[in-house]
Amino acid sequence: MAKKAHLTAEQMAGTQREISVSEFFAKNRHLLGFDNPRKSLLTTIKEAVDNSLDACEEAGILPEILVEIDQLEEDRFRVAIEDNGPGIVKAQIPNIFGKLLYGSKFHSRRQSRGQQGIGISAAGLYGQMTCGKGPRIWSKTKRGKMHQFEMQMDLTKNKALITKDEEHKDWHRKHGTRFEIDIEATYQRGLRSVDDYIKQTAVSNPHAMIRYRAPGMSEEHIYERVVKDVPDLAEEIKPHPYGVELGELMKMLRNTNSRWLSSFLQEEFCRVGPKVAKDIIKTAKLGERSYPSRIAREEANNLFRAIQKTKISSPPTTCLSPIGEDRIKEGLMKECDADFYAVSTRPPSVYRGNPFQIEVGIAWGKPGGDQLEVDEKGRIEKKKRKRTTDTEDLLGNADDAVRVLRYANRVPLLFQQAGCGFTKAVMQTSWKNYGLSQSKSSLPIGSAVIFIHMASVWVPFTSEAKEAIAPYPEILKEVKLALQEAGRKLGVHIRRGKKVASEFQKRSYIEKYLPHVGIGLQEILGLSVEDREEVVETLRDTMETSRKI
Amino acid sequence: MAAKKKVVKKKAAKKTATKKVVAKKSSKRSVGPTEKKGKKDLKSVALQSIQEVATDVYRVASKGNLPDMTMPQRNLANVTYDPKQGYFELKGNMKTRTLDVNSVKTFAQTLRLMSLAKDMVGDDDFATKREAYYVSKNWGEAKFNEQRESDTVLDDIEGMFSVKDVTREVLRFVPEEHGGSVVGALTVVDRDPETGEAIRSDCAAMGSGAYTVPSSVDHLGFETTADFVLAIETGGMFQRLNLHRYWRTANCILVEMGGVPTRATRRFVRRIAEGLKLPVYAFVDCDPYGICNIYRTLKVGSGQAAHVNKTFCVPTAHYLGVTPQDILDFGLEDATHPLLPVDIKRAKDALKNDPFFQSYPKWKAALKQMLKMGVRAEQQAFAKWGLNFVIEEYLPAKMKQAKKFLP
Repeated sequence: MAKKAHLTAEQMAGTQREISVSEFFAKNRHLLGFDNPRKSLLTTIKEAVDNSLDACEEAGILPEILVEIDQLEEDRFRVAIEDNGPGIVKAQIPNIFGKLLYGSKFHSRRQSRGQQGIGISAAGLYGQMTCGKGPRIWSKTKRGKMHQFEMQMDLTKNKALITKDEEHKDWHRKHGTRFEIDIEATYQRGLRSVDDYIKQTAVSNPHAMIRYRAPGMSEEHIYERVVKDVPDLAEEIKPHPYGVELGELMKMLRNTNSRWLSSFLQEEFCRVGPKVAKDIIKTAKLGERSYPSRIAREEANNLFRAIQKTKISSPPTTCLSPIGEDRIKEGLMKECDADFYAVSTRPPSVYRGNPFQIEVGIAWGKPGGDQLEVDEKGRIEKKKRKRTTDTEDLLGNADDAVRVLRYANRVPLLFQQAGCGFTKAVMQTSWKNYGLSQSKSSLPIGSAVIFIHMASVWVPFTSEAKEAIAPYPEILKEVKLALQEAGRKLGVHIRRGKKVASEFQKRSYIEKYLPHVGIGLQEILGLSVEDREEVVETLRDTMETSRKI
Repeated sequence: MAAKKKVVKKKAAKKTATKKVVAKKSSKRSVGPTEKKGKKDLKSVALQSIQEVATDVYRVASKGNLPDMTMPQRNLANVTYDPKQGYFELKGNMKTRTLDVNSVKTFAQTLRLMSLAKDMVGDDDFATKREAYYVSKNWGEAKFNEQRESDTVLDDIEGMFSVKDVTREVLRFVPEEHGGSVVGALTVVDRDPETGEAIRSDCAAMGSGAYTVPSSVDHLGFETTADFVLAIETGGMFQRLNLHRYWRTANCILVEMGGVPTRATRRFVRRIAEGLKLPVYAFVDCDPYGICNIYRTLKVGSGQAAHVNKTFCVPTAHYLGVTPQDILDFGLEDATHPLLPVDIKRAKDALKNDPFFQSYPKWKAALKQMLKMGVRAEQQAFAKWGLNFVIEEYLPAKMKQAKKFLP
């Protein structure tokens, strides 16, 4: 066997070239959630729906979203997502849908669903790679005409080539966008399916109306809107000094328009005034009038350390848009018919300079079967209750582990539950105190759904696929506090239920044995049947009203 | 003592044969039934009491209030002992059972058992405690699940009426178990339940068998020439003394208690002791059960049924043996068993909580001696010195010192 010759540096240089982002992701598509056909279908829909919801909310429009899936061949599906958003101006369409890492969100410090601007274009890329056809876009702005595009993506140049651009006068919407792509996929129901995702999205977005047509179905499933106002738009904020890493800091120093270090700090960051800037610079042993670009080269690390050592107040929380306790409850109630709901929204907090806010909701108890009800007089009655909606997907059986619904900026997280900080927080909470059984460091048992939402300008995912939240101590702590708060409400309810049940059990003794008191009296005193019944009836009243719940 | 022990051992070694000693004949005494007077009265008092309780419940309930029943607490903490009275008396702590969800079942059962009693008193019928339990099986939901439950309710009813001397027997509930066995110089005068004809049973003419104490004894008459009554714990010892005609030798009446004496047995002995003016001596095992349960109950009654102790115990009884000191005096050290934890607990409980033992320094000393020795001895332990040692040596030796018996 001939030995292969080693290469020289010059020879190597000949084969070394820039790798385009598109190429990189084409080879590493699992990082974006396109690991297998089943997950690819979900990711495609998820990215498109996220974008649609973001766009609607930014424009102050109540979202109305249509999701359609059609099976073309055994393993090929056509996916279409349509919204009533503001539409996209013609010039931006190829960039947004055809170019990876293009977007408005990556650089901003504002809470939104998408972050990096790779999701939807990756979906297009995936479709093109598996089915050969690029994405098709229909878009109409309020004033403009409707454009229909077809495009092909150039993998090496990270660019979209528009292959078709048609202008239409009319569309069935006044404004909106439709995204359509053919992809290789598998459709399945159940946990972590598209159905599951849409249902969970409906829970966290009670202000959105979602129409969903699954493959092979002629009818749409409509997830109704129950809240009639658009969530407040979160404000954009400058980065907080604590949240900036060294590399990022150096980049900012290089690119700034500020001439002096002091003004750089005050202009580029939030919560830095003249005094804080002075403190930082003093700690870093630098001059207030140093040139930022010089610092970037030589003393960035000193500055970075100094920032960490200086006391800086927490970032403003106006950049957060929590769902709100009422809306969480509305969302849970409409998608998850339960006996009891408890919600809790924590005040905003900060991890590494990033503001965030945790919200928790619990839906407990499968309705249906016998239900004990206490009336005004304190009597307990057994009533049969019917289940109003089908909640099989969300509420499990009483002897199953509870279902944890995890959300980041209103987006459901379906994968990597075990590796998620939220799950950890649920496991570390002592649910026995709140009436659920739980073996050591595992999920509690019970017919319950635990909803956890993190609103943040920057959600710390464990990977680019945005599947699990990194367990930062600050986040774990907030989640646990929120769980405890909601848990206490749940505990009160469960204990009351148990109390009513045991009271009912006790009162059934009255029914059972009181007639015998009557018989005894009748036999000894020779009472008439009427007298006996009267005294038993009087006694029953006396006994029941003498007991309090 | 050491010298005496030697003598005892020597004699024990001899072959034994029952000594035929002719006992001195005591004068013949007799007593008639106690129940004649006031039997009618008690019957109507019983009916009236039942009526009153039920009327009260009915009246209170009709007014929209929760009725209750009041009865004495039945436990050792609610008794006092005065040696002059001679039996455990109720201190007067009462418990009130108010009708509520927790008591409604017992409340109903109490009323229904009272109704049963009313019928039986009226019809001159009776039910054993077991039968009363089975009667409840026809009550549907309110039935008793175990006889223990119905016995407790019966005791409560009896307690409720005890202030009026209405006992369970008056209410026509009789215990299941029969009383003890009796032999010796005693003639029991009973009557045929159907014809009312007198029936005389000579307890000296029972051959190798014995007369059995019936469950109710107040209608009996007695005749005797005996000098004393010996109440024996075990059937084995009773048989030995009977077969060797100890009762003839010692001119006494033997009563087998068979463990803690039943109410009928206690009443029977009490009537002989009181009516015929005979001393009563108890011969039981030397262990906390024999002393603190069997003997104590014979003499002063029980803590649980203190409301009937007045007539159901024998305050004149004395403790012949076996005493802890007897173990030493009669060389039984190697025929003993170690006290079990339950024995030790019982003895300590008696010293701490039982008003009877607390009243007698001699008893306290005896119990402490037993605890210190850490052993117990059975009646039959004397067989170590020969089967009839107990007849020929132990009992005669003890009887000579009857004045020294433990109170």
